[in-house]
Amino acid sequence: MKLLPVSDTEVSPRILKVSRGTADKVFRGVVLAGAMFSVAVLGLICAFLLYRGFEIFKDFGFSFFTSSRWEAAADDGSSPAHYGVAAMLVGSIVVATIAVVLAVPFAMSVALYLEYYAPQFLKRTLVSILDLVASIPSVIWGIWGYTILMPHAMGWSKTLNHWLGWIPIFKVPVPIFERSPFIAGTLLAMMILPIITSVTREVYSQAPRDQVDAAYGLGSTKWGAIKTVVLPFGKSGLVGGTMLGLGRALGETIAVYLVLNLVFKVNFHILASVGGNVASMIATKFGEAGPYELKALMAAGLVLFLLTLGVNFLASAIVNRSKKIA
Amino acid sequence: MTVFTTPTSELEIPEPRTPWRNPAKSFRTNATTAVISAVVALLLYALTGLDGVLGWYVSFVIGLLAVVLVQSYLQKSKNVTDRVASILVSVGFASVLIPWISLIATVINRGRHAIYVGFFTHDMLVNSMDEPLNLGGISHAIVGTLIIVGLSTLVAAPLGIISAIYIVEINGKGARAVRFLTQAMSGVPSIVAGLFIYSTIVITLTHKNNAFAGALALAVLMLPTVARTSEEVLKVVPRDLRDSSYALGATQMRTTFKVVLPTVRSGLITATILGVARVAGETAPLLLTSQYFVRLTTNIFDSPMASLPTYVFGALRTGTELSMARAWGAALVLISIVVLLSVIARLLSGRPSGRK
Repeated sequence: MKLLPVSDTEVSPRILKVSRGTADKVFRGVVLAGAMFSVAVLGLICAFLLYRGFEIFKDFGFSFFTSSRWEAAADDGSSPAHYGVAAMLVGSIVVATIAVVLAVPFAMSVALYLEYYAPQFLKRTLVSILDLVASIPSVIWGIWGYTILMPHAMGWSKTLNHWLGWIPIFKVPVPIFERSPFIAGTLLAMMILPIITSVTREVYSQAPRDQVDAAYGLGSTKWGAIKTVVLPFGKSGLVGGTMLGLGRALGETIAVYLVLNLVFKVNFHILASVGGNVASMIATKFGEAGPYELKALMAAGLVLFLLTLGVNFLASAIVNRSKKIA
Repeated sequence: MTVFTTPTSELEIPEPRTPWRNPAKSFRTNATTAVISAVVALLLYALTGLDGVLGWYVSFVIGLLAVVLVQSYLQKSKNVTDRVASILVSVGFASVLIPWISLIATVINRGRHAIYVGFFTHDMLVNSMDEPLNLGGISHAIVGTLIIVGLSTLVAAPLGIISAIYIVEINGKGARAVRFLTQAMSGVPSIVAGLFIYSTIVITLTHKNNAFAGALALAVLMLPTVARTSEEVLKVVPRDLRDSSYALGATQMRTTFKVVLPTVRSGLITATILGVARVAGETAPLLLTSQYFVRLTTNIFDSPMASLPTYVFGALRTGTELSMARAWGAALVLISIVVLLSVIARLLSGRPSGRK
């Protein structure tokens, strides 16, 4: 047997050179342009809202974020216009936080039930139902929340206030329980549950089967296996799904508009009939807004956009990472 | 030297467990538990202020937990945590079903009163929201929704699919960024999409509210759904198919159009339908752009246009008993359309739904 001569020059991998025809170049160019245009919409939204609302940021500066007053200029010129989104920003965060706090435990139990407890024949049907619920329009959640949920939730509010009224957030200055952040948060919790559940369930379903079986093999109960294998594994998926739900809850307009009393006042008493969020405020004020107020609404829209975008960036980063591990 | 020994009398032999089996499998145990819980629930129901069906449910859950804890204590079972956990998980799941069932039942139950044949063929030009339910209808809203959503599909579906082609087929330097940004785009609040289109199209170009602006606002919301679903679909195309096409000397364009896209045609249709279902019920952006109009119109540039969500919203804001009935009626039509679309999409895609 003869050995092949070994060259003393370094061997490097062959570099494939692709030469594309004109048609392909055009095709790739068009597709690239289309994709870039789709993505550019995000930048355009930011640019246009900033352009329209710039005057407001210039006129009010930082007080746009710290003031809670939202008043158009008086017709006779006696009082100047004043716009600030502090109350609405706080309101958005309060309502969204209530929604997330209420939704997460239930989303976890639904995800666990579907993956580990549901009878096999039911599972697929239940998952389809979950998907269908995710597509129920928010105006329908709103009308249902207003007519059906609110009377019930007012009862729960009274009970909470009666027993836990000594905790500051459950105090009410005036005993009116209608259209409170608590009710809006409860409704939003139901609306964001499907998205949190579907992300969480997907990650839970990828929990390493061998580790689950190993836990069983060591004599663990079903809950033991879930607690030691599935939950730690799915932690980042749960966090990511929750953040996605939080983003939804922050931007929800119509449902909140219907079940939350819009008052421009920073309010942490979640059972009181005082609240608001940026999105529903824009919907409320848009109809009667003059040119200057419209600019203020654009500025508020930009704030909301950047807030939700930040939350969503974080969420997709976390979800992507958890999927990569899985 | 000491020898460690364990006296055999102290050695505890564990009961063999069967964790793969439902711990409370036997029908009798379950039935007893349920009956005792029901009795406890009855007591709770009678003694505390809980009322209504919901009150029953809550007291039953409390009763069930109490009974299981007591039973486990009496049987000296080591699986207390497991049983409590499985009950909590099941109860959590069941509780979530309650609002869903309530919502569907309410929409059907209240919506059916408003529905008569003329409901689908009349508009509201000569009737007000507050007139008896056999006058006027939602034909203008249905046509409006079809036009607006149709237009937005024409814009968003090609762009979404092109983005997906870029991510999967071309897979260029920007693919990851495009993917990440379309993902983030799905979180744009609907009202912000409305504001954006209002500030660009309505203020700058057309100077009036019209259906065209409404369609573009919906397109912004629809694009990420189409893009993400199409991307998942394109990824499923086997690499071999593309390679064979290239081996035959086909260009990337021909490969994409003649091999890849035809393979996943139904998947792309599914993606589009899912996008349509996502935006068909959007209200907030339409309030800012296409608004509401009492008359059936097909003019997409010169006048506002009604749509089902804005009809529901308008009827709701009128706030009388009859207008509420109309709102529920239109809500029933809207929810039927959305659910029907979603079901068609799942059937077409032919894979178990939910798996993405």
